[in-house]
Amino acid sequence: MRVNCRKISRGIAEGQVLLTCESISFLGNVDPKTGVIVEPKHELFGQCIKDRVLVFPHGKGSTVGSYVLYQLIKNNVAPAAMINSESEPIVAVGAIISGIPLVDRMEQDPFKLLKNGDTVRVDGTNGVVETIE
Amino acid sequence: MYLTKKEEKTLEGEYGETLRKAIEILVALGDIYGADSLIPVKSAQIAGVSYKTIGDAGLEWISDLKGKARIPAILNPAGMDMMRWQDMGIEPEFAGKQQEIITAYENLGIRTKCTCTPYYLEGFDAGYGDHLAWSESSAVCYANSVIGARTNREGGPSALSAALVGKTANYGYHLDEMREPVMAVTVDIDLSGADYGALGYVAGRVIGNRVPIFYLKGKPSGDELKSLGAALAASGAVALYHVEGVTPEAIRSKFKRPDENLTIEREQILEVYESETECKEEQETDIITVGCPHCSPGELKDIARLLAGKNVRKEMWICTSREVAERYPDLVRDIEKSGAKIVCDTCMVVSPATNNYRCMMVNSGKALAYVPSMCGVASRYGSIEQCVREAVQDES
Repeated sequence: MRVNCRKISRGIAEGQVLLTCESISFLGNVDPKTGVIVEPKHELFGQCIKDRVLVFPHGKGSTVGSYVLYQLIKNNVAPAAMINSESEPIVAVGAIISGIPLVDRMEQDPFKLLKNGDTVRVDGTNGVVETIE
Repeated sequence: MYLTKKEEKTLEGEYGETLRKAIEILVALGDIYGADSLIPVKSAQIAGVSYKTIGDAGLEWISDLKGKARIPAILNPAGMDMMRWQDMGIEPEFAGKQQEIITAYENLGIRTKCTCTPYYLEGFDAGYGDHLAWSESSAVCYANSVIGARTNREGGPSALSAALVGKTANYGYHLDEMREPVMAVTVDIDLSGADYGALGYVAGRVIGNRVPIFYLKGKPSGDELKSLGAALAASGAVALYHVEGVTPEAIRSKFKRPDENLTIEREQILEVYESETECKEEQETDIITVGCPHCSPGELKDIARLLAGKNVRKEMWICTSREVAERYPDLVRDIEKSGAKIVCDTCMVVSPATNNYRCMMVNSGKALAYVPSMCGVASRYGSIEQCVREAVQDES
């Protein structure tokens, strides 16, 4: 399966899907040293985003969240790629400064199409999401 | 979004990795907000300077970049007075990290002037219709509203990108149609000085991120408009406001009065002076701070006059930009004779030194909006005269 989408941050990466319908504030919700979601009220509480294709609606919270994505990549615990419903500046800027591929506006709803554990390739350079058998 | 050949090449990485990432940020934001192209900007003002705000993550990012700003670019206030940080009670470890951030920006060709009032600096003038990439919320509001220049509320990385590329994406407040007022705010009482900060504090919460046009009885000064805009941007997210018959775009464009109207009454303004945000009733003020946004030369003159022949009995900070302080050494000397401190490069909102106090008196609607939540310090509001009276403990 191959679905077109809008490209936000360039690069190509593969990984297992980690999906949440809740938005994420990288400042506060994610531990920059471990990549673990530390917000107790978040659906992904306790899960590690390292090397996953993180699928979430959009970012929220402090603009410092952009720099937290940069810390995650430096600490080698960043997601492999990200898919948003609709990207906003905090996550978009964070993805670009960190070199994490990011796309949004998939032509088919990622929350219906994808499930946790699927392996997908995100092509942020050409704007394509592909599942890998 | 349309890109020129040179912009395409920059995006392909032909001019290096830093410029590639910088233009990728501008293009991504342009795509998110529906910009048609990149446009040149005259200057940039970059947020994300205080170590308190950006931490090690931000420091690492800025230190890793390589390049030089193409346009005049300066910084937002830092977390401390870069020279007198010890007087402020700043820890040496914090000071070291703060200095590293400033040096990292300096290496990128950014002028290391840290102020929320770039419009007072020499060689940093912005004029009517100029496109800018500024990020500090009160500076954005002043540039758009009082000067009639055009800037969005840039984030730290996007303003830095604009400085390196010399351009920004053409969306939002760069476009005519986004600058039209959509709500009227009517105030039928006489206002002066800190009343304007109180008005912004009250009205901002209702206005949110919309563009208002104010119908006022009097004609506010530049300093009063600065206070109004700073408070509107802090209690709401206002980036542009108009004042009928006063601000340049309202004079030139003759806007039609919007249908939606908000009327602010005298009682609402008075309530701001009486409210004590998270201040326990009997708690005594232990610090007085003015200069949010940074004081203008005119404000420094007023403060020097009010403090003449007096001694402060409480800690009092007067925040301003280093350049303005250096331009008026006599005023600085006169003010400091009273025991009050001229604090440069920083302010009560972004410095961790604020945390050493329990209850702060301010004459700024913006400070009133931020100090309790961002610094955990209770706050009360007063005019500049009341602030000076509190500092010198003059009962008359």
